[in-house]
Formats: sequence, structure tokens, C-alpha cells
Amino acid sequence: MNFEYAAAPESRSVVKIDPEYGHFINGKWINGSSHFNSINPATEEVLSRIALGTAADVDAAVKAARNAFDKSWSKLSGRERGKYLFRIARIMQERAREFAVLETLDNGKPIRESRDVDVPLSAAHFFYHAGWADKLEYAGVDTTTTPHGVVGQIIPWNFPLLMLAWKVAPALATGNTVVLKPAETTSLTALLFAQVCQQAGLPDGVVNIVTGDGSTGSAITSHPGIDKIAFTGSTEVGKLIARAVAPTNKSLTLELGGKGANIVFGDAAIDETVEGIVNGIFFNQGHVCCAGSRLILQESIADEVLEKLKRRMEKIRVGDPLDKNTDLGAINSGEQLAKIQELTAAGDAEGAGRWSPNCTLPDKGFWFAPTIFTGVTQAHRIAREEIFGPVLSVLTFRTPAEAIEKANNTPFGLSAGIWSEKGSNILWASQHLRAGVIWANTFNKFDPASPFGGYKESGWGREGGRHGLSAYLKGSAK
Amino acid sequence: MSFYGLVDGSDSSLRNYLKQLPGVDQVGAEARAAMLATRSIKTTSKAWAIDTAISMVDLTTLEGADTPGKVQALCSKAFRPDPTDSSVPHVGAVCVYNDMVGIARQHLDSIGAHELPVAAVSTAFPSGRASMAVKLQDTEDAIVAGAAEIDMVIDRGAFLSGRLIEVFEEIVTIREVCGDRAHLKVILETGELVTLDNVRKASYLAMLAGADFVKTSTGKVAPAATAPVVLVMLEAVRDFYDLTKVRIGVKPAGGIRTTKDAIKQLVLVNETAGPDWLNPSLFRIGASALLNDLLMQRMKMSDGYYASPNYVTID
Amino acid sequence: MSGRLEVMKTYKLYINGAFPRTESGRSYEITSNKGEFLANACLASRKDLRDAVVAARAAQPGWAKATAYNRGQIMYRIAEMLEGRSDQFAQEISLQTGASAKESLQEVSDSVDLLVWYAGWSDKLPSLAGSTNPVSGPFYNFTIPEALGVVGVITPIDKPLLGFVAAVAPILVSGNTTVALASSTSPLSAISFAEVVATSDLPNGVLNILSGQQSELTPWFASHMDIDGLDISGLPTDQHGAIKEAGVENLKRISAFTKTSEPGRILAFMEAKTIWHPIGN
Repeated sequence: MNFEYAAAPESRSVVKIDPEYGHFINGKWINGSSHFNSINPATEEVLSRIALGTAADVDAAVKAARNAFDKSWSKLSGRERGKYLFRIARIMQERAREFAVLETLDNGKPIRESRDVDVPLSAAHFFYHAGWADKLEYAGVDTTTTPHGVVGQIIPWNFPLLMLAWKVAPALATGNTVVLKPAETTSLTALLFAQVCQQAGLPDGVVNIVTGDGSTGSAITSHPGIDKIAFTGSTEVGKLIARAVAPTNKSLTLELGGKGANIVFGDAAIDETVEGIVNGIFFNQGHVCCAGSRLILQESIADEVLEKLKRRMEKIRVGDPLDKNTDLGAINSGEQLAKIQELTAAGDAEGAGRWSPNCTLPDKGFWFAPTIFTGVTQAHRIAREEIFGPVLSVLTFRTPAEAIEKANNTPFGLSAGIWSEKGSNILWASQHLRAGVIWANTFNKFDPASPFGGYKESGWGREGGRHGLSAYLKGSAK
Repeated sequence: MSFYGLVDGSDSSLRNYLKQLPGVDQVGAEARAAMLATRSIKTTSKAWAIDTAISMVDLTTLEGADTPGKVQALCSKAFRPDPTDSSVPHVGAVCVYNDMVGIARQHLDSIGAHELPVAAVSTAFPSGRASMAVKLQDTEDAIVAGAAEIDMVIDRGAFLSGRLIEVFEEIVTIREVCGDRAHLKVILETGELVTLDNVRKASYLAMLAGADFVKTSTGKVAPAATAPVVLVMLEAVRDFYDLTKVRIGVKPAGGIRTTKDAIKQLVLVNETAGPDWLNPSLFRIGASALLNDLLMQRMKMSDGYYASPNYVTID
Repeated sequence: MSGRLEVMKTYKLYINGAFPRTESGRSYEITSNKGEFLANACLASRKDLRDAVVAARAAQPGWAKATAYNRGQIMYRIAEMLEGRSDQFAQEISLQTGASAKESLQEVSDSVDLLVWYAGWSDKLPSLAGSTNPVSGPFYNFTIPEALGVVGVITPIDKPLLGFVAAVAPILVSGNTTVALASSTSPLSAISFAEVVATSDLPNGVLNILSGQQSELTPWFASHMDIDGLDISGLPTDQHGAIKEAGVENLKRISAFTKTSEPGRILAFMEAKTIWHPIGN
């Protein structure tokens, strides 16, 4: 007897999307000079037309931010700044359902994730940083309490609202003003956030949102009136920005790619480990910089784990992101889908064994079935390059030292997972893994109090916690 | 007895087997259970789930104050939960103390409910603190009186103090008494075992010793059938099937009061052990108040408006 | 002075605990600030740098794994060894820079005291720079600062000893290893420092010292993919941009400092590692 879950769609009626948007500069909506379509990746319907920010738009935003910094924001005490952030956090909680539905429509991620993870964490980030605003002298071992001034922030499409929160909250808490560009395919929750700023009475120009594409981003990173750049995105673009910023006095933090190793020892709690593997690579369709995209299994339990993993993968529900029972949503864009297809084709060509559960993918929209590749070695492209999709590469190891060696053998260093029931083993492995975030017997956990960021080519600096805060103050050590 | 060829009946064999079972990470198990609790079961799937849940209920009365009148009323309700709607399925079983078994069986037969089994709690339920002779007599009395199902309790004291072979042998003995006259549910009393690692070990111990069902609780101790506990037990029966090709049933009991709770249990079954377990021969829910909530939800689904307790019988 | 001929010191490189000459065989003249010949220093090549990085990389895991107490003790011993050679170093400073005996001795004392100061940070900084983070869930979450790896140093030109010590001490104390390019015009203090290090218990390869031309070697420091960080305090500011750009290929952590004593110099070459673990039974 099969238990079929009937459709359980979240209602779209809570959201109102305008047919066209401009930029949010100096507390007002400014018309864009040209626009591009933003679509729902699950259906390919056009959701709205988004303004393409020009150098002039960026310039206006920077001027507004500078003016706000000089005239209003830097004149406020930390306590008053904090209270604005508390207001923003509360309003985000009030409008939580609206944000969640909008994020799902724009990004393609399941409503369960935007409702239960993205939105609550975003509000929490503002709440957490609100409390720092009047305590900056305690922010660290060697920090000043002086903000940079105007910060330019460029965020990716995988967690649009959450990445906005990670950037804006600490910037404002420390007294900076902001020019932020959301990703080209996911601008809507940033634009809704602008409404929240208005509702919170945030002084004009403190937060400015300029939408657009790569050219808009370049205009921001090269603008001489910006004191600090914060970028989250691919390692490739991160390096371009770093080179451009090198001859200037701009401060720069980067949050780039990863190829996280998820290491399973023979003594792991198997069922919870399988959940952790699934969460590690299929959460958010694998569009996660810290995804556990390399499963490194101790050979002694490899077969058992793989069998359980496949059986578990058959329970993954792929489909309408607005359905409350959907586990895996749409790939964010045709472009990203093509990248995933290219790399998985490479996996096939290099002789790795591909497996996916049977699932019916919708005809419209961008979809990719959850996939594992077994028999992967370090030399395969799918073991080295970030796929940024629901694709897991499976490797094996014999000894703990070998596991660490394989895990560290990458230019990336963002995250790693360890599954073992032996405490000393966990701490030993944690010590040896060259990664900025280590999840032991868990995965993909985030919190505003927990610093996040990478070693090596996964980036510069941290976000969250005291460590993340200090990047927004001048002349600070990490 | 062959114990599925997995243990040889000796203490050392049993110990070694249980020791090599993988551990359970409590936080991870709770997270999985919590995620499954977010499944939204609506419309047609909800209607199916309600009827399925009703058919899985072991309608229970286990009070010192139980009387023939009380038990008879329970039996009528068990067979015809809603006197105004004959499309409502009957429940899975009636569950009573062993001195009430005869009354229950007689009444059920008198109303034509021949296929509705009577389950009896036995082995000095709920504490299990009595001599083996008493426990054996308890079981025999119930079966002779007409119980087709025996819900025994394990010796938790023996389990927690590491005398695993004693727990094992008690179950084996009761199983032998049941023979082919009754199926055996083994109550682990997970609230007293406390850790999920213990729940896993006790589940395997019970299955190896011959349980037909593993049951969470007596209903007399809280916490009873929490979602992580049921999850671990469903994982155990699933993995046991892989090892032996034998399906063992699971019965959560205690604390399942609302339709929402019951549907969460069905989702747990569906996404853990799998759809093969979604029938009363492999999944039961020990409950009493739950049945009326299921009926009220059933009414709302067919009528379209919220129901009132006035429209369901109290027994 | 009484007619006895002094045996002149040969200034060599210090790599992996040994004192090789540059593989290129080249040297260049070191003169006093008045132009008098002092010595021929090795003109290190990029291959010397390459070898030094190999040594530094090999030594790094062991140095980082030493307890903080142990590293602090070793750094304190380096201070002891330097103290014992105060006159030697003071004289060398005077010869190179023309500073008075008093000023030179002051520079040596400051260097000793700075070593002691940094040594004391080794087992304290993690308590300040690390944290336990109160996350919203049943997890133990903590952040620990960790050494970055291999860090290159371009030593400042003025204060030939103090500038050198101020750069290498904070890098070493946390568990990094380093390849330091001595000041081009006054390298003797840094090169002699190798004698101090060789008589401390600092393991081979932890500190490597090269002498040579900034203009020749700095680009190689910047482009080397197995160098994790750079202290470019010794580079003129108008060159910082180009070096930072060259370091982007492996995202080197590059910093320049003005203050000699600040914990920020230690933290700039550390990484923050955050670890989560569920709490349950």
C-alpha cells in the first residue's frame, strides 16, 4: 500500500511582485534605465523586470552612502544603530512568510528550506549584530572601533536573503553604510528588504540596493569612493576582484568556492551519517559553497553506507519548490544547469559510476536529479572542481591519515565533515583538516554567532561571530 | 532455536552481536524525526492516512478500575467506531489486562467482530517485576482466555544492569508459550531505557529472541513513543529485514493523542521502513483518546467544517 | 688593534638549519652608511628561495603541533641567546647604520624584549582570539585560531635587527614557519641572527634567512604557490599593489605593519577554524 502525499502547495498570495523594479538609492526608488527579466527557475515564468545598474547608478548609490555615513549614520551612537537593526530583525520576522515564498519563487529552493532555514537565520543575523553595535570596544584582541565608511557588497544567488543578512548586518552594526548588489537571477528578496529598511525608518542612504549583472558589480568594486569590498561568489571572480583591488587602499574580504570533504569513519553512527551525507550535498540543491561534495568513506563500511545512501536518496522528493513536501527544488538557472551537466558528463567520461534514483523531473524549468558518482579518485575533475549542484563524488580511504590527506589535497579549504563516534578521533581529525568550518557528526549548520569562512582559495576572512565583525572595523586583526 | 543464525543463544554471542551495532547520534536522529514531522499531508492522502491509522489502533484500556461494562463498551467502539458511519474501518485490536480477555473476546464475538483480535498485556505488566513462573502463568491465562496477541514487557532492570542474556531468555520462553496460538509484541519501555543506543540494542535483542512486534511503551511511563524512538525502531526492523528477510512489526504506544501525531507516525514508517509496513499486520498504534480525534478529523474531511466531541461516542 | 689580523666572518644563508652559500654563487657588497666595505653577502636566487620554502613547508606541521608552551619556551631561549650576544649585534648595527653605540645597544635590548613579549603570547592568544560560540541548537561550537602555514617576510630596511625580529617573532610564535629576506642594504643583523637561532632549540626549517635584492626576489615570493602569507612591511608602499596582485593566484594573506608590538601581527597570519559537534547521549 503506497502512501502518496497529495500536493501541499504554499500559497503565493502572500507575495506581491511588481512587474518592474528600479534601484533603492538614498531611501527612494529610482527608475532603472534598462531592465532584464527575472524568472522562476522552476517554471521559467517571468516574475518581474529588474533594473540593470549602470556606473552612474552605482555612483549615485555611493554618493548617497557617503552622505549618509558623514551626515547621519556616523553621528549615531552604537546603541541607536543597534536599535535600527533590532527593528529590521523584528520586521523580517513579521514578514517571514512573505520573504520565504518570494525566495522560493525567485531562487527555486524548496519552501521548507526558505521557511525553516533561510528566513529565520536572516532575521537572527540582524538580531545578533544589533547587540554588537554598542559593544565594539570589546570586539576583539586588536580592534579599533572605527568603521571603514562605505562598503560595497556583492552577493550570490544561492542564499539571496541570507547572504544579504550576512553582509548588511555586520556592516551596519559597526557603523558603515552599504551599497549592495544582489545576484542577477535573485534580486527580489533584496528589493523586499529595501521595503523593510523603509518600514524600520532607517535613515536614507544607509542601505542602498543596486541591481544588475557583472558589469554593475565591476562598477562597485572599482569605485574609488568605496572603502571596503565584501564579495561572496566563485573563486574565479573573487580573484579578479582581488587583483583589481590590490593597487588600491580598499579592504577586501572574500567568501569563495569549496569542495568540502565529508569523511565517514567505520565507527560512525550510520543512519545519522547517511542523513548528514544527504543534507551535506542535497540541501539547497547542492548550491552551497560549503557543501559536502566529496564523500570520503572508510573502505570497511563503504558498501553498507552506499546501499543505505541510495535507499535514502530514493525518498528525496524532487518537484515544485512551493510544495511543502518538496526536498529538492530547481537549479537556479539554465547556465548553472549547463555547468552541472558538463561536469557530470566529465565524470562519466572519466569512468566514474553515476547513479540517481528514479525521479520524474518537470518538463519546464531547470532540474537535475540527485546524483552520486562512485569510484571517484582525486584525479577526476568531479573530485577537484566545484560542481555546485546535487552531485556527490564518492572516494574511499583506508587509514585516518589517508582520509586527512585526501581531504586536504585541494586548493579549497572551506568546510569538512567528520563522522565518527570516537571523541578523540573527532578532535584529532578536526585538528588536521585544513578547513575554516568543521562539522563533526552534523553538517550544514549555520548560526550568526559562528564564524564562517575558508582557508586557502576558499577566501579571505570570516563572517559571523566576533571574527566576522572585526573585518568591518578599520585596522583590525582577524 | 536458530535465532536467524545471527546469535547462538549464549551470553557472549549476544553481547558481541549487540556491541557491534552502530551507535545512534541523538541530535541527528532528533533532527531527522523533526524534518519528517514537517511533511504536510492533505486532502486525499490525509483521508487515506486517517483510515489507515484507525485500522492500526490497538484500542486500549489498562486501568485498575476496568470492569466488564467498561471493556464491553470499548469492544463495541473498537468494532464500530462511528455508529452513524459504517464506512469507518474497525480498529486493529482491543488491548486489555489478561483477566478481561475473556470478556472482551466474548463480547466481540457476540457482535460479529470475529476477526478483531484481543491483545493482552502480560508478564506482570507494566513493571515486569515478578517471578518467571508468574509471568508464564500470566501469559498462558491470557491465551487460554482468547488473546491472539500477547504484549509482554522486558526486564528493564536486567537490561540496564547488563544482564542481557536474562532479558533475552525471558523473551524466548514467552515466545515458546505463545507458540502459534498468539503473536508476541515485546514492550521495551523506551522511557526507562533512555538512550537511543539502548533502544536500538533492545530492539535487536527482542527481534533475535523471537518478537513478532517491537513495542515502545507500556503507556504508564513518560516519555513514551517519541518520534526519535520510533525512528530508531523502524530503522531496526528495516535493517533486520535486510539481514533475515523477515519483517517485524512496530507498535508505538503512549502519548499519541491527535490525528496529527498519528499521521506523523505513518510518515515515519513510510520514509524509514517503507510502505510494506503500512498495514495493521506490521504497524499498530497503542492508544485510547486518539480514536475520537481521528473520527473528528475524518468528519471534517468529509463535511468540510470542524467537528465537535458531541458527535463522537465516548466509548 | 695590536697588529693581530681579524678573521672575517663569511655571511651565508640559513636554510633548514644549515648555512649554505647561495646556489647561484653570487654575492654583493655590504657597506657601512659611509660607504666602507663591510662584507660580501650572498645574493640569493629564486632557487634558494625555492629550497627555503621546501624546508619551511616540511617543518611547519611539526612546529604547529608543538604545544604553545613549548613554542613559547623556544622563543624565550632565542631571546636568551640574543641577550648573550648583545655586544656582537650592537657592533654590527653601528657598522651598518652609523648609529651610536648607545643607540645600537638600545636596538638590541628592544629586540630581546620584543622576543620575550611575543614568546609570552604563544599560550595566551588563543584564549583571546578563540571563542566558544553560543549557537541556537544542541551543539558545542568553538573557534580556534590556527597557524596559516608558510609565511614570507620582506624585512624593513631601517632598524636592521629590530625590524627583522618584529616581523619574524609574531609569525613564528603561532606555529607558522618562515622564509625571511633580510634588509637589502643592512642584512648582516638578520644573517647573524641565524647564529642565535641555531643555538636555540628552534627546529630546522622553521626560520630560514636569505640575503639578496628585494627587487629580484620579492616577485618570486609573491608568485610562489606554496607560500601562504607575506609580511611586506619592508616594501615601499608604492610597490604593495603589484605584489598583492601577484599574490592573488593562491590568495596569499598579505599584510604590512608599522607598529612593532601588536597582537595583530600574530593574528594576520592565522586562520580561524570553527568546529561544531552535537551534544547528546
